[in-house]
Amino acid sequence: MKKLLAILLSALLVFSLVACNGGSGESTTAPASSGENQSSDSTGNDVVKIGVFEPQSGANGAGGKQEILGMQYANHVQPTVEIGGKTYDVKLEIVDNESSTDKAPTAAQTLVSAGVSVVLGSYGSSVAIAGSPVFKNGGIPAIGVTCTNPQVTEGNDHYFRICFLDPFQGTVLANYAFKELGAKKAYILAELGNDYDQGLANYFTKAFEKLGGSVVRGDFTKGTSDFTSYLANAKNDNCEVIFSPTSIQYAQLIVEQSTSQGTGLPLLASDTWDSNVILNAAKGTDAKIYVTTFYQEGGNKEFDEGIKKWINEDSTAKTNNGGDDTVAAVTAMGYDAYFVALEALKKAGSTAPADVLKVLPSVTFDGVSGKIEFDEVGDAKRDTAFVKNANTETGAWDFVAKQGV
Amino acid sequence: MNFAEFFQRNLPYILSGISVGGQYALIAIGYTMVYGILRLINFAHGDIFMVAGLLMVYISASLPVYVAMPIVIVATVVLGVLVERLAYKPLRSAPRMSVMISAIGVSYLIQNLALYVTGGLPQVYPKIPYISDTVKIFGAVTKRVTVITPILTIVLIIVLVLLIKYTKVGIAMRAVSKDFETSQLMGVKINKVISMTFVIGSFLAAIGSLLYFTNYTSVMPTSGAMPGLKAFVAAVFGGIGSIPGAVVGAFIIGICENIIKGLGLTTFSDAFTFALLIVILCVKPTGIFGEKNIDKV
Amino acid sequence: MLNNKKKKVDLVSMLVIVAILFAVNILAEMFVPRTSLFFSVVKKSCVYALVAVSMNLLNGFTGLFSLGQAGFMLIGAYAYAILTIPAEMRDSVYQYFDGGLINEPIFWPLALIVAGLVAGVFAFLIGLPVLRLKSDYLAIATLGFAEIIRAFVQWDKFGPLTNGSNLLRGYPTFDSLASEWFGSPKFSSTIALAITAVCILLIVLFINSTYGRALKAIRDDEIAAEAMGINLARHKQISFIISSFFAGVGGALLAMHQSTIQATAFESAMTYEILLIVVVGGIGSISGSCISSFLYIAASEWWLRGLDSGSFLGIQSTLFRGGFRKVVFSVIIMIIVLFFRQGIMGDKELSFTRIAEKIKRKSKKEPSKKEAEKEVAAK
Repeated sequence: MKKLLAILLSALLVFSLVACNGGSGESTTAPASSGENQSSDSTGNDVVKIGVFEPQSGANGAGGKQEILGMQYANHVQPTVEIGGKTYDVKLEIVDNESSTDKAPTAAQTLVSAGVSVVLGSYGSSVAIAGSPVFKNGGIPAIGVTCTNPQVTEGNDHYFRICFLDPFQGTVLANYAFKELGAKKAYILAELGNDYDQGLANYFTKAFEKLGGSVVRGDFTKGTSDFTSYLANAKNDNCEVIFSPTSIQYAQLIVEQSTSQGTGLPLLASDTWDSNVILNAAKGTDAKIYVTTFYQEGGNKEFDEGIKKWINEDSTAKTNNGGDDTVAAVTAMGYDAYFVALEALKKAGSTAPADVLKVLPSVTFDGVSGKIEFDEVGDAKRDTAFVKNANTETGAWDFVAKQGV
Repeated sequence: MNFAEFFQRNLPYILSGISVGGQYALIAIGYTMVYGILRLINFAHGDIFMVAGLLMVYISASLPVYVAMPIVIVATVVLGVLVERLAYKPLRSAPRMSVMISAIGVSYLIQNLALYVTGGLPQVYPKIPYISDTVKIFGAVTKRVTVITPILTIVLIIVLVLLIKYTKVGIAMRAVSKDFETSQLMGVKINKVISMTFVIGSFLAAIGSLLYFTNYTSVMPTSGAMPGLKAFVAAVFGGIGSIPGAVVGAFIIGICENIIKGLGLTTFSDAFTFALLIVILCVKPTGIFGEKNIDKV
Repeated sequence: MLNNKKKKVDLVSMLVIVAILFAVNILAEMFVPRTSLFFSVVKKSCVYALVAVSMNLLNGFTGLFSLGQAGFMLIGAYAYAILTIPAEMRDSVYQYFDGGLINEPIFWPLALIVAGLVAGVFAFLIGLPVLRLKSDYLAIATLGFAEIIRAFVQWDKFGPLTNGSNLLRGYPTFDSLASEWFGSPKFSSTIALAITAVCILLIVLFINSTYGRALKAIRDDEIAAEAMGINLARHKQISFIISSFFAGVGGALLAMHQSTIQATAFESAMTYEILLIVVVGGIGSISGSCISSFLYIAASEWWLRGLDSGSFLGIQSTLFRGGFRKVVFSVIIMIIVLFFRQGIMGDKELSFTRIAEKIKRKSKKEPSKKEAEKEVAAK
């Protein structure tokens, strides 16, 4: 029995060793270090690889998938790029970081060993921070799409980002809660161990207290699905607004339970909630939901129509978008990020990551979500956020205001 | 603060505590019965509960909810028995640790399968008419399922207790849990009894899942893990092998958990459950209702 | 004499294997491009090998079924990170807690030992009530403790110390140490290998000692062991503390590998993973745990990745989409658990005397197997 097992396992081992050598041989040995990815495909063009470092499962899976959609659509619209006078096919190298900080480093390493020229992502700041050192060691520049925690780019020369930051978003939200919603006391519902949630909660608290309001914190552990007691807390503490910068997985539960418990409190949230999941949960209820976001549907007609058509034609894309064709802000951001990467490749005139890294700080691009340029830290210069309100009758977002600090 | 106000303030916690307690109780019975007979912590039980939720999502997409419900229950029962047949039965003569590891392996497999099928996206649980509706109880607004859960749980438990007390298979179950070998010698068909245990456990888990996910309407591959673990703690707390014990334990844990959250110590709502477990294990290892262990060496 | 040799872990063989591994790894570091996943896998499997061996010490050699490994790793990882984050990084890491409590970092090898010690102290305290419990109850109680520890670490009242639920970063890692010493991240996996080898060697020495024999006696028959004059409670406690010590060091190494650390990652799923590694390797076999942790990590994070992205071994299929890798992987695990209960090594160890005997007896049987095993043995 043991012998049989040993033989079987060693056969498996040898087999898989061969497999990995055969499978990943050219990508590990022909390599990114020289920066020339000379593998060709059917069109005969050379291929340049863009790494997509996004969660496709776990708590942030839904958001990550919507962000990838934007990149895939962009890739569909613009599948080639001209670098140094030569036309390259762009290949998206997608890897799942499982929304988890302990799976992120290896996922990142997979991209590095696949020889990508630049990395896009990730949705969720924790995994971006966790993957960052791997990209740094691999000498590969990364462009954060919607990771808003300041720590992502802070002290990192290789990490850039095209969205606004938590200190900005937190302040906008606090201002909106205090001035527009007239709330003096806010209940903050944030997930423990999620840097995105905790970061926003923190900056919101700072700004809100500065304005003269007070907050009550309610942290929940990963995987919580019973929010009824939290909502009861909010009500018992006489809070006037619930601020919940959580991921979509929890958002749906919070909206649902808040309406079925009849708390009647407005829910205020950040860019993650700008998703059709929320709209579906809120539709036909009396929920009052406000979010700040990067992009308002209808901001760019051509993009909206194009992507809706594309989503409706592709059933996988539609499933990944949550079953309908509402364009999430993260999708628009993913779309922009892809073009920023192309701009950088064009400007660098080379597919070597080091060259891309060199030119990235000076890249600018007019995207569907606005003009994108980087400051000295590598963050996008953005000073406005859109505030939207979930229309519970039509099941769509209503534009409320454009907010600065 | 007068009493009425105090009551009004704390009612939501008690209500959700009782409701979630009832749901834990339905899962806990599966644990406690399997443990009573096989001395096995069926780690996959929580995942079977989760699969019941997923099945409901997928089946109700094409069939009316009332048709989908019985199908889901039957499918869950089949799954439960199948897991026993494929993963536990081959290991009947193996050391207990191997079976437990097999259970952990099954749980890992089911979660990964669910991850694959759902593509990692949380699935929205369908609304079940009537029990999903919102009602008002003493001024607290909640779903009707919150009220139905404890009643239904208690009815099911009474039926189950009667079943175990008076039917032939129930007597066989008790015999097997008292002494596995001897009852085998006395002509009890062990495999049949074990299958029956899994049928009952999975059936109750399916009902529990209907109630649980109607309350918390999102199903993830990991949705079953925490409720499963807590239900197991409830079973230990009440005295493993004892059905009334599991139910009482589940209600206590459900209510305590929500009170802890109400006190603002939300970070510790899960930790508290485990602290309770360790305390009871150290003070009275057999649980509140457990029988005295006569382990011969 | 011969009999006695078989009972013990063959130290000479082990040293030779370690030497071979070093040679292979250093060669790889020199000739395989840095970007290869190989190094990432080596580092992670070193960490898991150490933790798996420490779990094996409890489950396989003492017969205590504990599921608290993730909790002790968490303690170790945090202790290491908290003590070594350089002063200039503190403000940015502890941004919500004004730079945190501790301001002077200590030398990292010292921090590794402290990480183990802290885990050991916790193990001592937890062991007092818990070790009296029997098999399943012990398992579930230790699992519970791991969860409780996680909640405490995340509590924002401890924020100045643990940074609450936010991640810790900026401490010395394998890569940063390698860069410091060799000018580039080259040889980082050799550093991981070296630390792990020393730790596992210490565990082997412990198992070979009088204590180790006493533990095996307890595993085989508690009553008989007690009758022979072995103090059960004391020996169980020692085993539990030592196992936790190395789990703590393993946690610290995991922190060094990942370069960021966060309490949420140390869930019970992590303990299950390690348990499965131990089972696949063979309960009661050190070399088995080491081999299987390499196979486990390499398969789950490297070789099977193609299953997720649409093409595997040149086969294209629509079945191969996100998550398929894990399904295949868990099916393999189930097959091993059900049909190959002994795991790769059973309770035997990889030893040259044994291999030599076998080859003598059946020289026709597959030499390639040993080659392959040696190559990966351990990490």
